[in-house]
Formats: sequence, structure tokens, C-alpha cells
Amino acid sequence: MKTPKTAKANARPFYQKHSAAELKEALRKMYLIRRFEEGAEEAYMRGLIHGTMHLSIGQEASAVGSTMALRNTDYITSTHRGHGHCIGKGADPKLMFAEFFGKEEGYCRGRGGSMHIADVATGNLGANGIVGGGLPIAVGAALAIKKQKRDDVAMCFFGDGASNEGAFHEALNMASVWKLPVVFVCENNKYGMSVSTERSMSVKNVADRAPAYGMPAVIVDGNSIADVAEAIEAATEHARKGGGPTLVECKTYRTRGHSRSDRNRYRTKEEIEDWKARDPIPHFEAELIAHGLASADEVTAIRVAAEAEIAAGIEFARLGTDPDPTEVTRDVYSPEAA
Amino acid sequence: MSRELTYAQAIQEALAQAMEADPNVFLMGEDIGVYGGAFQVTGDLVHRFGEDRVMDAPISELGQAGVAVGAALAGCKPVLEFQFSDFATLAMEQIVNQAAKLRFMLGGKVNVPLVMRFPAGSGTGAAAQHSQSIDAWLAHVPGLKVIQPSTPHDMKGMLLAAIDDPDPVMVFEHKLLYKTKGEVPEEAYRVPIGKAHVARNGKHVTVVATSIMVHKSLEAAETLAAEGIDVEVIDLRTLRPMDTATIIESVKKTSRLACVYEGVKTLGIGAEISARIAESEAFDYLDAPILRLGGAESPIPYNPQLEKAAVPQVPGIIEGLRNLVTGRT
Ligand SMILES: Cc1ncc(C[n+]2csc(CCOP(=O)(O)OP(=O)(O)O)c2C)c(N)n1
Ligand SMILES: [Mg+2]
Repeated sequence: MKTPKTAKANARPFYQKHSAAELKEALRKMYLIRRFEEGAEEAYMRGLIHGTMHLSIGQEASAVGSTMALRNTDYITSTHRGHGHCIGKGADPKLMFAEFFGKEEGYCRGRGGSMHIADVATGNLGANGIVGGGLPIAVGAALAIKKQKRDDVAMCFFGDGASNEGAFHEALNMASVWKLPVVFVCENNKYGMSVSTERSMSVKNVADRAPAYGMPAVIVDGNSIADVAEAIEAATEHARKGGGPTLVECKTYRTRGHSRSDRNRYRTKEEIEDWKARDPIPHFEAELIAHGLASADEVTAIRVAAEAEIAAGIEFARLGTDPDPTEVTRDVYSPEAA
Repeated sequence: MSRELTYAQAIQEALAQAMEADPNVFLMGEDIGVYGGAFQVTGDLVHRFGEDRVMDAPISELGQAGVAVGAALAGCKPVLEFQFSDFATLAMEQIVNQAAKLRFMLGGKVNVPLVMRFPAGSGTGAAAQHSQSIDAWLAHVPGLKVIQPSTPHDMKGMLLAAIDDPDPVMVFEHKLLYKTKGEVPEEAYRVPIGKAHVARNGKHVTVVATSIMVHKSLEAAETLAAEGIDVEVIDLRTLRPMDTATIIESVKKTSRLACVYEGVKTLGIGAEISARIAESEAFDYLDAPILRLGGAESPIPYNPQLEKAAVPQVPGIIEGLRNLVTGRT
């Protein structure tokens, strides 16, 4: 059976607006993120990479649903949990793996590692090791966009925990006062490391903070790509037209620990299992199939292809070039202008 | 009674003994409660002392530092854990403008008895924003005391002294030291702030080292001993106030000085030590130029080989000291 190009008129806007090809591409990216992180985790266990990593497994819908609305000239600022944003914005997983393996071929030539992987060519202004570090940077990028009279946007990813940093409040205020084209995307996964939002915030939602800055805010099911994308597309269009910033809060969950050293003492197994049952990937697949936008075979083919791409990426990275240890101080400054 | 503890356990024991002895002492930081701290330093203390005394704070470093200042002004003795010393940069305002200066600005009418603990240094693959050594930055600020104990024994004793201290004390803890072991007495004892320690006696060259570089320098000294080069290693222990007298005395004996530290070499702690010697009577005793071995002029890279190359390592220390003593360059 041939799958139709778009969904029936009774489907929600997300499935009508996007072609089947676009939606399948979104599913492909979600799989790439999932397999990228599982691959990274496994490589770490096998001692192939060092350091730590923050996995976003379970949060793929917010990464892909958000970045779907963007074009290459739009910017994102990302976080320590940034692999999904990076792939969503169009990065090549094999070059991300090369970074993980500390190789010259990596996006940051092996200098940055997991916490800093970013493909600048696709508008990614950087993953960030500093919680909240990207918030004012996104505002600055949006300021430049406005000064240059472009209709691009800056999308700022941050966590619930980051909204307790002063930088969050200062950034929202400036973006709002100057009516800048920023889309603030809060990935609220209920915890900042081990501390729940109940223990660290006196309001229920991060979105509740936006009105203090005169900023519109929306709360969506962060595990539903359709929910995320519809809200983000509206916020992005609003920003492109000069309407100013919006905060979109994606309620989601990381099913892995905070980082490699997490013993999950602050949450229950039941809670984790509960959220695993709300995995955004099968949820999206089921909707695609229900709307007749993809067949089960196509879905399987997408998954298998993503797995192959990831396996090839790890192999590529393993065989990459180690940086020359005498080049420690390279790229601290720009080369002297001629 | 003394027994072996890790550096992390020594910190935890000091914190527990201080809290037992004084109800005004409390701990604050990120994930120091049920999580036990990013480096498991506070461990199970929350179960012993409760959430009111082992407080998980929101991710608000500037706010936490200011809260510590305010609580200290009002009679408490807060011990604030930063998850990584790099995040002190977010709290600089409260540390530098408030904690360090309030006593002075108010004419000596108040004191700010707080302690801030900073897991520092490279070697864990955590890259540029989680691996810095910014101890010299804070040591540049009058009003702060800055300590950098290198052994479990000194850590416990100096942390207890820091908590007793009426002024703000910044404690730098190298992350690679947390699992190192050493003899630590059970009772609550103090090791004074402001006093360096001669970790190894020698007659050919004085090495002033800080933190993990003390251990690397001692290792280098063992190798050089086999070549007949006798290295004296001074563990500086406190950056501010600096124990210049111990260094001067040693240099007068050895006539050579090397400074080994992980922070960026330029404008680092080695510059201050060198200047103090150049300004002192020990200057006339020098038989060779002073050697500084410090961190590279770069952020800490992620790649493990680059990361190692960015800070002094034992082979480089051996070579540097050998050349200094034999007159080769
Ligand atoms: C300024 C700063 N403080 C603390 C940390 C340590 N840290 C890294 S991630 C994290 C939790 C962040 O929580 P959240 O913003 O909710 O993002 P999530 O990890 O849940 O994706 C913490 C405390 C840091 N990297 N930077
Ligand atoms: Mg979170």
C-alpha cells in the first residue's frame, strides 16, 4: 500500500501541515538521537571514551519537535544535555562521535567533548557546561538578528534547574523588554540533577515565571512530538514576525541517570518505569501509522537505517586522528590578522 | 587513634565533627543531600544531620554564596559546597565584593565566618568549564583566606581550622585527590591556616608545590634522588596568607627554586612566590634562575592526551628540576 503525502483533514495540525516525508525524517532523527546516546553509553562502558555524559534518552520529542521549526540560519543555544538538539539541528552523528572520542575530525577537534559538541555550521552556538550559560547568549544572538533586520530566530534550550539561575531571569527580562526573536524551550524533566522542581521552585511550572517578564508561555506534553512542534511553530512564527519571545515548557523525563555517576537515590523505580511507558518514539510511530503516514515496515526500515548509521559513526570515530599534544594552545586566540 | 581515610572521607569527618560540636554549623550546596554530593563527599551526612543542616539548594550559585554571607553575618557558620570550582565564577560578586570586604567596609564591626569548598582541577575528562584551577584568582582578593590541602590529614585539620576561622575561607580540593588515602587521627584536631609544610627535605633545589602537584613533585624527587639530585618539596597548603618565611629559609639552604602548580602559569601563584623570593634576602642565595612549571596558556581540553599536556606531569617536572640543578637548559 502506498502511504499518502499528508494526513486526513480530521488529524491534528501537525500531521496535516507536514508531509509524510518530513514526519518520517523527524522519526529518523529521534532514532538517531536514541541510538547515538545508547552507542555513546556503550562506548563509555567499554572504556573507549572518558569523561562523563548527560543522556537525553526519553526527551527526543522535545529536541526534534522544536528544531523542526528551524532553518539553517536560525540559531540554537544548547545545554549539557545537548546531543538531541545538535542532531535535531542537523549535525552528522559520525562527527559527533569523533568529538566524543576526542578526535581531530570531531566538531570541536576533540577539545570540547560530550558537553560541548556543536555543529556551528547548522546554527548551533554551542552546548554548554554551565547551567543557564546559554540563556543570555540566545538573547544576544536574537539581538543581532534584530539589528540586522533578519527574520531568523534564536531558540534557547534550558532545563527546569537552569530556571533557578539569575541568568534565566535576566535573559527573559531583556528578551521581553527588547521584543527579541527568542523561543525559550524549557525541557522540564522534573529534576535538576537530584533535586525535584517541588524542592527547588515555589511555583508549579517554569512557565509560571514568564508572566513576571510579560512573556507569553505555553505548557506542552514534551513526550508528544506533535504537541511540542505545534507550540514551537506558533512561537517561532510569532518571533519571526517581530512579536517577541515566547517560553514553551516541555514536560518530559530523562529515563537515564543525570550523568554517569547517578545512583538514582532521589526517585523511585516506579516513577522511571512509568515514564518509560510514555516513550516518545513508539508514541510517534503509533500516530504515524494510525494516520496512514507510514507503514510498520517503513518504521522498521527507519530504525534499522539509524542503527547502521550509528554503528558506522562509531567506527569512523574510533579510526579518527588524535590531536597533536603539542597543540594545546591552538585556537585560544584567533590567528593574527594579516 | 589514627587510621587510613580517603581525602573525601577526611572532609566528611571534619564536617560531621564540626556540626556535632557547633549547632550553628550547617552545610549547603547542590545535590549534597540524598545524592551525597557530586563527588560523594557529604555522602550520608543528610541522614545523620537532617535536611536542615545538609541543605540541597536550587541551582543558584550567586544566591547561595550570598545566603552564606548573610547567614554568617547573622551568627551561623555556613559551609557551602560548589559542585565544581568553575562555578565560583557565577558567585564572584558575593565572594569578592561581599564576603571578602564586608568586615573591612564596616570598620571591623562584623565578621563573615563562612567556608566555601571548591572541587577543582583537571584529569577527569570534564573539559574546559569543569576542570579549571582558579585558586590564584581568589587568592588575589584581600579579605579571603585560600587553602589547598594536599593530604587527608591536612584536609581534615585545615577544614576544621577553616570552620573555626572568623573570616571567609576558600578551600580548593583537587578532584583527583578525593580517593587518595592517608593516616587521619580520629579526634577533631586543627592544622593551622597560613603555615607551609616541608613534605621532603633536600639540599639541591626547593620545590614549592600546591595541591596535587605536591604528590607529583614528590614522585619526581624520588626519581631524581637516584641520580643524586636531592629535592626539597614544600607543600604550600595556604595561598593566602602565604608562609613566605618557610620558602625563604629553604631557598637559602638549596639556592634554587622551582614552583609547581596546576593553575595557568602566567600571573599564577608561581609569580607571587618568585617575586617574594626576589624581594627577600634569599635572592642573593640563588644560583640559578627561578623555574615555574604551571598550567598551559589555554583552557583545559577534552582529549585525554591534550588534557595531560595542559598541566605539569611528573616527567616534565623531573626534566625541569634536573636541568635547573645541573645547569642545562
Ligand atoms: C552553573 C552550574 N551549576 C551547576 C552545574 C552542575 N550541573 C550540571 S547539570 C545540573 C542539573 C541541571 O538541571 P536542569 O537545568 O534541570 O537540566 P537537566 O540536567 O535536568 O537536563 C547541574 C546541577 C553546572 N554544570 N553549572
Ligand atoms: Mg531538569
